[in-house]
Amino acid sequence: MTDNVQTAGATPDMKPPANTVGAVAWLRQSLFNTWYNAILTVLVLVLLGSAIPPFVDWLLVRAHGFDASSPACRAATDGACWGFIGEKLRFILFGTFPYDEQWRPLLTIAVVIALLLASCDRRFWKPWLALVWAAGIAVVAILMWGGVFGLSYVENSRWGGLPLTLILSVIGLAVAFPLAILLALGRRSDLPAMRVLSVTYIELIRGVPLISLLFMASVMFPLFLPNGVSVDKLLRAQIAFIMFASAYMAEAIRGGLQAIPKGQYEAADALGLGYWQKMRKIILPQALAIAIPPLVNTFISFFKDTSLVIIIGLYDLLGTAKAALSDPAWRGFYKEAYLFIGVIYWVFCYSMSKYSQKLERDLNRHRRR
Amino acid sequence: MATETRNARGAAAPRGASFSLSDPMFRAAFYQIVVVGAVVLVGWFLISNTLDNLERRSIATGFGFLEREASFGIGESLIDYSPRDTYGRAFLVGVLNTLKVSVIGIVLATLLGTLIGVARLSSNWLVAKLASAYVEIVRNVPPLLQLFFWYALASDGLPAVRQALNPLPGVYLSQRGLWFPVPSHDPIWQAMGIAFAVAVIAVIFLRRWAAARQARTGQPFPTGRIAFLLLLGLPLATWIAGGAPTALDMPVLAGFNFRGGLVISPEFFAILIGLTVYTAAFIAEVVRSGILAVNWGQTEAARALGLTGGQTLRLVVLPQALRVIVPPLTSQYLNLTKNSSLALAIGYPDVVSILNTTLNQTGQAIEGVTMIMGTYLTISLSISLFMNWYNKRIALVER
Repeated sequence: MTDNVQTAGATPDMKPPANTVGAVAWLRQSLFNTWYNAILTVLVLVLLGSAIPPFVDWLLVRAHGFDASSPACRAATDGACWGFIGEKLRFILFGTFPYDEQWRPLLTIAVVIALLLASCDRRFWKPWLALVWAAGIAVVAILMWGGVFGLSYVENSRWGGLPLTLILSVIGLAVAFPLAILLALGRRSDLPAMRVLSVTYIELIRGVPLISLLFMASVMFPLFLPNGVSVDKLLRAQIAFIMFASAYMAEAIRGGLQAIPKGQYEAADALGLGYWQKMRKIILPQALAIAIPPLVNTFISFFKDTSLVIIIGLYDLLGTAKAALSDPAWRGFYKEAYLFIGVIYWVFCYSMSKYSQKLERDLNRHRRR
Repeated sequence: MATETRNARGAAAPRGASFSLSDPMFRAAFYQIVVVGAVVLVGWFLISNTLDNLERRSIATGFGFLEREASFGIGESLIDYSPRDTYGRAFLVGVLNTLKVSVIGIVLATLLGTLIGVARLSSNWLVAKLASAYVEIVRNVPPLLQLFFWYALASDGLPAVRQALNPLPGVYLSQRGLWFPVPSHDPIWQAMGIAFAVAVIAVIFLRRWAAARQARTGQPFPTGRIAFLLLLGLPLATWIAGGAPTALDMPVLAGFNFRGGLVISPEFFAILIGLTVYTAAFIAEVVRSGILAVNWGQTEAARALGLTGGQTLRLVVLPQALRVIVPPLTSQYLNLTKNSSLALAIGYPDVVSILNTTLNQTGQAIEGVTMIMGTYLTISLSISLFMNWYNKRIALVER
């Protein structure tokens, strides 16, 4: 901020020296500033030059369009075969949901994305957002299951693809969140029994891979239930996810709780607030705001981990892509399949991670000078 | 901690038992009894159901099945195994395979992650952008998807065994794996191992002696160079003394597959590359934040003292960066180990996949899941213990 100091007209405006601005200077400074950086630049350019043109060639130039048939693709093997995606698109996105009813899962995807987008706006962070979520989940359930309002009933073994991925992760998260708050409070509680129970639960879940929880859900739940009662596979997986997510989110929230200065607790005590009043009105609002970035990170990893349900035989997005690949006519086009769903996963995760970074900056604004 | 003060306050509250919920002591006890009671009730409900179901389906409980013959084959194992061996031995094979992939994965991911983390901070714009593109792409795609991709690449993208690629003499690459020659068995390898162990012990004593001497006289001793010579030279000398055997165990095509040499299976390749590439992206971020956490003034101060570049890095920058790096790095190591259970999806025989087969054959679901959880809890705890010990060693000591 030196421009205010200078008196107008004292010195004529001069252009900066040519070697500090402009494209040439930028090149010199950021690519060729030392001899080893120059070598590195050339090496990287050679590497990119040998990798990018063949990739673009494969991806676009020599590729077969969305209407290409499998034999045509097989005849010329040097390009991507988007005919695979063209033919299998609806199967990959919606699984075996009845073909004529697939507007329902499509609408489900739209509802869930709308809910997520609405929750991203800080102006909407009000108590009624919870009601909106409950309503949204009800709409999703009606759309997917049907059986009311003239919609035909679709059993959930036919759900698949992107809606399943979204339902498992978003609903799992919505249910796990209150549980996680209780676990985090339990872990920080004065009451030894609560503390021991919470710590045991959290550490036990975090110490084992998610696969083993999914196994537990698929092979042990039936043993846990009274004879004659059975819970279907999707719900069992959902329960495993909730158990898993609540333990990880509890740790994120614990971080937020630990960041609250002791004075806040003491002030609440001095006001004569009870435990729940203190937590609800003073501590949790601050702790949750601090914990949002790690919570979003948990959400991202959780979103990616829903792909594991393939192991217990559910067809989420990755599952349907793999199933599409097992069609004999289209066997071997794995690059196209994995690239396509990889981009879908990437768009979701990357936008969440960008959002969490933006939020972290916004929420920390008051701490910066 | 806030907990203690509040405990103290609780203890100072009204004396004597008044059985009302407005008495903090009674309330605390009441809530705890209610919660513990509920947990015990739910536990009892689940256990009684389970026992009932086990009896109904006549499944024997207990770990007796571990003594029975497994009668299933395992693709690759570090110890001798045949389908005639017991379930217990199969489990051991699985644990060793999990450890093998975790240990090698941790080493490779640390190397790659450090490289990329440093590259993200490079003054070279191209290198920095390339490294951040790597991190952003790899981090945001499910590891299982990446694993499937690598596996498809290794098993589908390569020629059949008969048309195996032969880039170097003795090295064969096909969809069944990568074969390469290894030195054939010779008693000298054992002797060289002993020589190496002797060298390690010698280096430990050398370091102690050098440190004591420097503390006494201020004279530095070139420990690094001498240690390097010892570690390399002693085994080499043993090898030469033993007649320098150079015989190789070459892989040869016999029937439908290669025999001899060592093989890296596509399953092992996929799980190792998948875990390495995925975890490296996270480690890169850990390393980057650790390096950024060290104040530039520290480097300047070290230079002002006349330390060389290497000394600055080793004695000033790294010790401070490590304090920031080690705790999140531990989590990444734990994640990599846990993620190795994804091996199940591509058929690498890790502990989960072997126990899965076991519990499908025997119906011992509870024991199987318990063993999976027990194995991972043991591994996780060991890594945590070691890393916490290391963390404590390097932690900042204040006053």
